[in-house]
Amino acid sequence: MSDNKLKIGRRSVLKTGALVGSALATPMFFSNIANAYTNEPKGKAVTLGFNVPQTGAYADEGADELRAFQLAVEHINGEGDGGMLNTFSSSELKGNGINGKKVEFVTGDTQTKSDAARASAKRMIEKDGAVMITGGSSSGVAIAVQGLCQEAGVIFMAGLTHSNDTTGKDRRANGFRHFFNTEMTGAALAPVLKNAFGEERRAYHLTADYTWGWSQEGSIEKYTKNFGWETVDAVRTPLGAGDFSQYITPILNSGADVLILNHYGKDMVNSLTQAVQFGLRDKQVNGKDFQIVVPLFSRLMAQGAGDAIKGIYGSTNWNWSLKDEGSKAFVKSFGSKYGFPPSQAAHTCYCQTILYADAAQRAGTFRPSELGAALEGFKFDGLGNGPMEYRASDHQCFKDVLVVQGKEKPDSKFDLLEVVEVTPRSQVEYDDKILGGELGPYNDGA
Amino acid sequence: MLLQERKDLFLMAIFSFVVLSAPILFQPIGAGYPDLLQKFAIYGIFAIGFNILFGLTGYLSFGHAAFLGIGSYAAVWSFKLFTMNVVPAIFLSVIAAGLFAALIGFVSLRRSGIYFSILTLAFAQMSYSLAYSVLTPITNGETGLQVRALLKEGQTRGLLDADIRVIDSFFGVEEFGIPITNFFGLKMSGWEGFYFCAIILIIAFFISLKIFRSDFGLMLRAIKSNQNRLNYTGINTRPYLLVAFMISGMYAGLAGSLLAVTDPLAGAERMQWTASGEVVLMTILGGAGTLIGPLIGAGIIKYLEQIFSSINNYVLFTFFDFLPVELQVLVTKLTSLFVGEGWELTLGLMFMIVVVFLPGGVVEGINRIMGLFHKRKRKEDTTTNHKAQPAE
Repeated sequence: MSDNKLKIGRRSVLKTGALVGSALATPMFFSNIANAYTNEPKGKAVTLGFNVPQTGAYADEGADELRAFQLAVEHINGEGDGGMLNTFSSSELKGNGINGKKVEFVTGDTQTKSDAARASAKRMIEKDGAVMITGGSSSGVAIAVQGLCQEAGVIFMAGLTHSNDTTGKDRRANGFRHFFNTEMTGAALAPVLKNAFGEERRAYHLTADYTWGWSQEGSIEKYTKNFGWETVDAVRTPLGAGDFSQYITPILNSGADVLILNHYGKDMVNSLTQAVQFGLRDKQVNGKDFQIVVPLFSRLMAQGAGDAIKGIYGSTNWNWSLKDEGSKAFVKSFGSKYGFPPSQAAHTCYCQTILYADAAQRAGTFRPSELGAALEGFKFDGLGNGPMEYRASDHQCFKDVLVVQGKEKPDSKFDLLEVVEVTPRSQVEYDDKILGGELGPYNDGA
Repeated sequence: MLLQERKDLFLMAIFSFVVLSAPILFQPIGAGYPDLLQKFAIYGIFAIGFNILFGLTGYLSFGHAAFLGIGSYAAVWSFKLFTMNVVPAIFLSVIAAGLFAALIGFVSLRRSGIYFSILTLAFAQMSYSLAYSVLTPITNGETGLQVRALLKEGQTRGLLDADIRVIDSFFGVEEFGIPITNFFGLKMSGWEGFYFCAIILIIAFFISLKIFRSDFGLMLRAIKSNQNRLNYTGINTRPYLLVAFMISGMYAGLAGSLLAVTDPLAGAERMQWTASGEVVLMTILGGAGTLIGPLIGAGIIKYLEQIFSSINNYVLFTFFDFLPVELQVLVTKLTSLFVGEGWELTLGLMFMIVVVFLPGGVVEGINRIMGLFHKRKRKEDTTTNHKAQPAE
């Protein structure tokens, strides 16, 4: 064994030591201490951090988010056709960056794991000097990174995160969410389900085993209970399980006549496809046709699931087939750059970047407390969802919710979802106190 | 013996110097920021501990991440229940991991070789699944265990969502929002956190050095070279193995607690088999059975994971700006396979090259290069390294 030791002689170490010593004489890494807030941009550029899943169950969403971020940065810097900046109700952004500083960005892989996501966000804050972190396609990750941003004193603009907890019991002053949540999904989807499938149904939940899955399961139960739906069983499945057949066979003998799939991304593609392959939708239980519901839907997933999604109900934050000016401008801009329409994940990330840039411009600074104050209670329009508002009490954005159904006869391979109802904002609004949690004070860091 | 001690003292001095000046030394390669250096130190401790078992006895544990995870959970619970001071957290973690290692070791060490590896893997995967599903009330499942604000009067919340911190409240420590960890008042994030980890790394390295040089270490090496012969001479090897396994588990628990100290969050994915595999990679990449090798391996892997994964097409494209446009696009496409989301490919290639050409890891590589400079060294130094040794 002894011949395996590191053999560096004393003499050579002394030599290198002398070299290193002279390098030490020029310390420069402690020089940027006198900041007014964390990572105050001093030069001609400002850095934003885009933290998305590039590997794992949500990698497709992550890739699309990254495309949207790059597009948003182009538009803020005055390149490209300007996209939704032209339709946005606030016209502070002039296409010369933010507060006169050119926008640059850094990216990282969250791997859909809290640890990796926090390490990646820390790198962006500590090494690359990012003043804002955004992205994430999982609520678990979003909550973990939001907590980190609060500690570090930078703003977190949540990407695709649908769990109530993000702006509920885990809300933070430095965090803002544009995406809707399971509470809104429940309120919007339940009346449609009642009309389509009738009262007195017996539901079986398959739920992704983390904050978002639990949250969605709870919201659907809460709102369908009102008209006599009962839950036969709610089975938790691990995130990224891949094969769901072992979870699907018990459903056949459970006496349930509706299956609620609280899955997202590749998980949802797999579980839905397998449920359809097992012939669940051709069955009759309790004298009723067996139905499947996917509460959170996206066009990317619909594409992955193929024919299995036809006729399936769900809710979505945004769909590219919307006909308002904002949506049209965004689809055109995204389509001409990448050759296909954007997903809802891309849309929310684009909006978040624009909203952050606009707030920084209106506040005239990147300081989290002042920038946050500019976002609180901010009312805006023209970003594809009609009139919207960032509620001050929980930093949650409120807007109309889309209930969609998988199209029976799609016109193209992207035209997969049909909007069956636009539930008005007043119907999905709730008191923020029912979710618990408190924002606490802003943290400017430094 | 005296000469050996002087040499070791010298080694310790150099080691401490390099570790403590890491913020400046690693600045040129883009690694001179607190989070990554903390990770270097923490995973360094993890790998050093793993090496005490694998490097000395040859017993390949595929379940060491379980101890890392237990260390983290114990530390975060200490933050939630007792105090934000890191000292009790570290003690609790090391003890918890040690006890758990004794339990797993007692069962697993009845077998050796591949059977031992599979047993440890099974235990670790079991712990992971438990943390993920059944034990959710203790681990908070996928979301991870986090430090929260103190429970206020009149609130009815579970311990997962509100903390009590009895020791801190007893001393009347005031909290503003969600507190951060401290070492008697010194905050444990950023550079302070790194220096704290660095000092613990130096202590951990020193202990490992002492174990390598001790009679106990010699016994462990004997187990590696021929356990049967030891048994025939009437020596019961299992107590030695169990102690080595426990020490190694305690190192992992210590690393786990430091992960929680610098970032108070514990998730189940820390226990996954990929995390166990990672420490095996670190040790082999750096050089199993050497003192410094596992540390080098840990550094390389964490560096690749953080820095290589952050190089996106945009960065590459700007980097190759000096090339003509068509070539620029082509080169960007080719290199992007190995960076960004493809960083694991680079790691895989590197691992293959090391295992095929440098079975002794990076340390062997350094020795060979040193050998080229010092020709007076005898040739067999580099050739004897190639003798493959059985794992038992």
